[in-house]
Amino acid sequence: MILTAEEVKKIAYLARLGIEHQDIESYTQDLSNVLDLMQQMGKTGTEGVLPMAHPMDQVQRLRQDLVTESNGRQNFQAVAPLVEEGLYLVPKVIE
Amino acid sequence: MEHSQQWDYVIGLEIHAQLATQSKIFSGAATAYGAEPNTQACAVDLGLPGVLPVLNEQAVTMAVKFGMAIEAEIAPYSVFARKNYFYPDLPKGYQISQYELPVVGKGHLEIEVDGGTKRIGITRAHLEEDAGKSLHESFHGMSGIDLNRAGTPLLEIVSEPDLRSAKEAVAYMRKLHELVRYLGVCDGNMQEGSFRCDANVSVRPGGQKEFGTRVEIKNINSFKFVEKAINHEIERQIELIENGGKVVQETRLYDANKDETRSMRSKEEANDYRYFPDPDLLPVHISEEFKEQIKAQLPELPDAKKSRFKAQYGLDDENAYILTSSRDLADYFEALVRASSCESKLCANWMTGDLMAALNKADLDISTSPMQYERLAGLLIRIDDQTISGKIAKQVFELMWQSGATADAVIAGKGLKQITDTGAIEAIIDKIIAANQDQVEQYRNGKDKVFGFFVGQVMKEMQGKANPAEVNKMLKEKLQ
Repeated sequence: MILTAEEVKKIAYLARLGIEHQDIESYTQDLSNVLDLMQQMGKTGTEGVLPMAHPMDQVQRLRQDLVTESNGRQNFQAVAPLVEEGLYLVPKVIE
Repeated sequence: MEHSQQWDYVIGLEIHAQLATQSKIFSGAATAYGAEPNTQACAVDLGLPGVLPVLNEQAVTMAVKFGMAIEAEIAPYSVFARKNYFYPDLPKGYQISQYELPVVGKGHLEIEVDGGTKRIGITRAHLEEDAGKSLHESFHGMSGIDLNRAGTPLLEIVSEPDLRSAKEAVAYMRKLHELVRYLGVCDGNMQEGSFRCDANVSVRPGGQKEFGTRVEIKNINSFKFVEKAINHEIERQIELIENGGKVVQETRLYDANKDETRSMRSKEEANDYRYFPDPDLLPVHISEEFKEQIKAQLPELPDAKKSRFKAQYGLDDENAYILTSSRDLADYFEALVRASSCESKLCANWMTGDLMAALNKADLDISTSPMQYERLAGLLIRIDDQTISGKIAKQVFELMWQSGATADAVIAGKGLKQITDTGAIEAIIDKIIAANQDQVEQYRNGKDKVFGFFVGQVMKEMQGKANPAEVNKMLKEKLQ
């Protein structure tokens, strides 16, 4: 197995996913299998091959630098749990 | 502070320059500063489901422009990546940035230190979006989030660890600040956060090749604070090591009020950003043709302009440095020289002297100067043709500054025209000589210094309006 249970817990924490203790083992197995496949793929000779950044073989279209959006605050804030003075209110997070 | 041994300092800066676009990097929302909270945050900026970011061409153009100005490699192919972390002012849970393939590669910048120049390497510059703003006060224990800034285009400019003192770091930061404003890619407004700096600082025993453990200092937003924060951090690290401790790699926040840095522990856990290519954005292709177009738009850069000012206008180092420190100043100077046809030295001295003093006093800069170059040229023309003396000109300048009138209107209105009528000057000289026989005696007995007394008396009597050369000449004749 490539991953340890500790690593799986850390990945879950970084992604803010709550996982049940009894599921850790199966996640560790599943994720390790994915990495196994990666390792297998890693053995293929890829020298001189540009890494694929996107499955579509196209380049990014650019838009002109124009302001096309108007103030939609009222609509957006209608679905927010808490707002005050135009601000979205969230539980306090401070560095 | 005294140290038990010699230490070397190693500093690298990461500078975030907000690009001066009208709209955001991936959406059509406005980027204007100071709007009501959340009135410039659209569905894309809010990270609502089902939206797709579309890259702003101007942001790419500006990044390429910057890259060309630092003689960097411009990537023909660059990729946007997601930098994953959780914070309430980042609604998507990731910031769109660039990781392995940034748009601007290795370049460099020359800084001036201790009379010489030093080349500072620039590792890379990449495009990314800014986050929103959190307000922690006065929301009954909650945080208020304003997402107007979310999605504003930033160019993150990363230097090599080539800086060896806080002074060099400031010189580098100033040079970059000047450059981005010259290029018109960033307004450089540090109060509004358009130009921000993080510093990586480490120390090592003198002569050691390997770098010491580095500490990142975040959030230093003025030239003064950069110097203080770095010096403070250097002292902290040396003291720690000399007392048998070890520097830990961490992020610290500079507190300007207390002049100290403190650890941001929460950041350590989050430092695993798990970058991966953003599937919502395709790779960016920058063609030779696109680069050629941008190259054609590049303005004359500060170093080139400075050399030209010295060669073309005969300016000394100091004046050339001051007058090329911004594009607006340089343009004003050249317009002034053209409009007045006066000697460029006279123009330079008036700009770096009276004009800049008046601007500083009024807390204005050249772009908002109430004294337009046409009016100042009018004043210089009157000095040049001896309508007024340099001394009276200062008075005229003052009155022009207050009233907004032209030099000619002020000179006529206040009767400040220099008196060149020799008859009038002669009459006054005669009067002064008659009233000061003692001094005349002293002068004739060889006390040359008394001459200055007579000049002063005549000028006083004529309220400074006499042509000084004429007064000197006539006095000499009369006193013989």
